[in-house]
This record gives sequence, C-alpha cells and structure tokens, in this order.
Amino acid sequence: MELGLFHYLAVSAALFTIGVVGIFVNRKNIIVILMAIELILLSVNINLVAFSVFSGTIEGQIFAMLVLTVAAAEAAVGLAILVVYFRNRRDISVENVDLMKG
Amino acid sequence: MALIAFSLIAAIVVLAAMFVIAARNPVHSVLWLILTFFSAAGLLVLIGAEFLAMLLVVVYVGAVAVLFLFVVMMLDVDFVELKQGTLRYWPFALLVGVILLAELVLVSVAGGALPTGNMDASPGAPTNAEAIGRVMYTDYLLLFQLSGIVLLIAMVGAIVLTLRHRPHIKRQNIAKQTGRRRGDAVELKDPTPGQGI
Repeated sequence: MELGLFHYLAVSAALFTIGVVGIFVNRKNIIVILMAIELILLSVNINLVAFSVFSGTIEGQIFAMLVLTVAAAEAAVGLAILVVYFRNRRDISVENVDLMKG
Repeated sequence: MALIAFSLIAAIVVLAAMFVIAARNPVHSVLWLILTFFSAAGLLVLIGAEFLAMLLVVVYVGAVAVLFLFVVMMLDVDFVELKQGTLRYWPFALLVGVILLAELVLVSVAGGALPTGNMDASPGAPTNAEAIGRVMYTDYLLLFQLSGIVLLIAMVGAIVLTLRHRPHIKRQNIAKQTGRRRGDAVELKDPTPGQGI
C-alpha cells in the first residue's frame, strides 16, 4: 500500500477530532481552548496541503499559508484579550467572563 | 518506506495532540503542542511540501508556541483549581468526538474517488518554494497583501489591548527637557557669612 491522500485525511480527521474534544474537555481553561483551536487549524492546513499535493495543484498551499496567517493573528489577539481579562479579574476561568459585561 | 515513516510520524502527531488536551499542566500542553507542530511539519516534508513545513516550524514553534509559553508562565493562574471537575466533561466530549470522527471517516471513505496525483516531482520541475512563489506573487498577490494587513491589524490590536499607562511612573518628556531654561533650575543666592541660607 502506497502513501496516499487517504492517510493524510485520516491524520487530519484525528487531529480535528482531538481539537474539538479538547475544547469540550478543557472548558474552564481558556489557554488550552486556544491551543485546541490551533490544533484544529493545523488539521485544516494538513488537509489543504495534502489535497494540493495529491491533485497536483499548488493553490492549496497558498491557502494553507493564509490559514497560517490567520491562526497566528488569532493567537496573538486571543492571548492579548486573555492578558487583559486576567488583569481585571485575577483569574482566567471562562465561566465568569459574563461578569465583565457592563 | 515512506509509509513506515508516515505511520511513525502520524502516531507521534496524534499522541502529542492527545497529550495537549489531556495534560494537567498547561506548560506541558504547550510543549506537547510544539511536538505536534514539529511532527506535522515532518508529515508535510514527506509529500514534498517543504516550504509549508518550514513555515509551520518557524511560525508555530518559533512564534505562536513561544507566545503561549510566555502567557502561561506570566499569568499567575491556579491551574489546579481550573482542572477541578473536568472529569465529568469527558463522556460528553468523547461522544461528540466519536460522532465527529465517524462522520469524517465516512465522508473520506464514501465521498467518491480521491485524487491520486503522483507526488514525485519530475526532473526540471520548479522546487516547492519556487512554485509557491510564482503563484503567490502573481495570481494571489492581493491575498498575500491582505494577509499582511491582517497581521498588522492583529499586531496593533494586541498592543492596544495590553498597553496600559500607569500613573506615578517617571517617564522622559523630551519637550519638557529641552524647554527647560537655566532660570528654572539654578538660583543664585548671596548668603551673608555666618548665617547660612
């Protein structure tokens, strides 16, 4: 059996599932939730690159780069919001975020 | 051979990802995340997407993971308390996960023929980075510029969010410094002897 697209899709599906499960499991800890989102985006990237390679077009890799950009921006802004929230509440539990509303 | 390498690296990716979400200490989570991204880069190298693989290492391991590490270590959070009661989330999470995985596998098995283009680059073909560059700087130039703007906005946003001006902290004020005249600082006294000032 040769290395094919299906193998990459399987890994990507497993990563995506782990990411979603991670969001459910660590529902209090927003840092791990952000990491789980990074995992999901990584699985999307693997999918894009695998399809791009195995269908012989380069465009998928361009879009993977765009996803990478958005992931980096999202991590930066998300962590900044987290730092501000921590300064206000001395705590990062997700459940109490609604106490912040005016 | 490629399949063996793939299986090994894929197993590492999945295992490390599991440890990311299951680790008790978020610092360990970040370290497992780094391993995940590194191995994923290996997966991409296997099918000849070297440029994306290197980008993954540089951006994720070099920037994002370090950012996470900084935040995790800087914030003085009681992680033991955060971990309380997560056990009862597991059954529901696993249910969702199993359903999601089954659907994804079902789609990729029964979703029609997958493309099986050969990944062996023919001799004389441009390298991966060259091929990407040729398309990115011509057809997708606008998207490329747009992603730069996204990064700029994210940078400005992160700075605006976290910047705070503390009162009672001495800062250099150039205008005040250069506007200072001799008369403001020095005073000429003429004390009479034996009396002091």
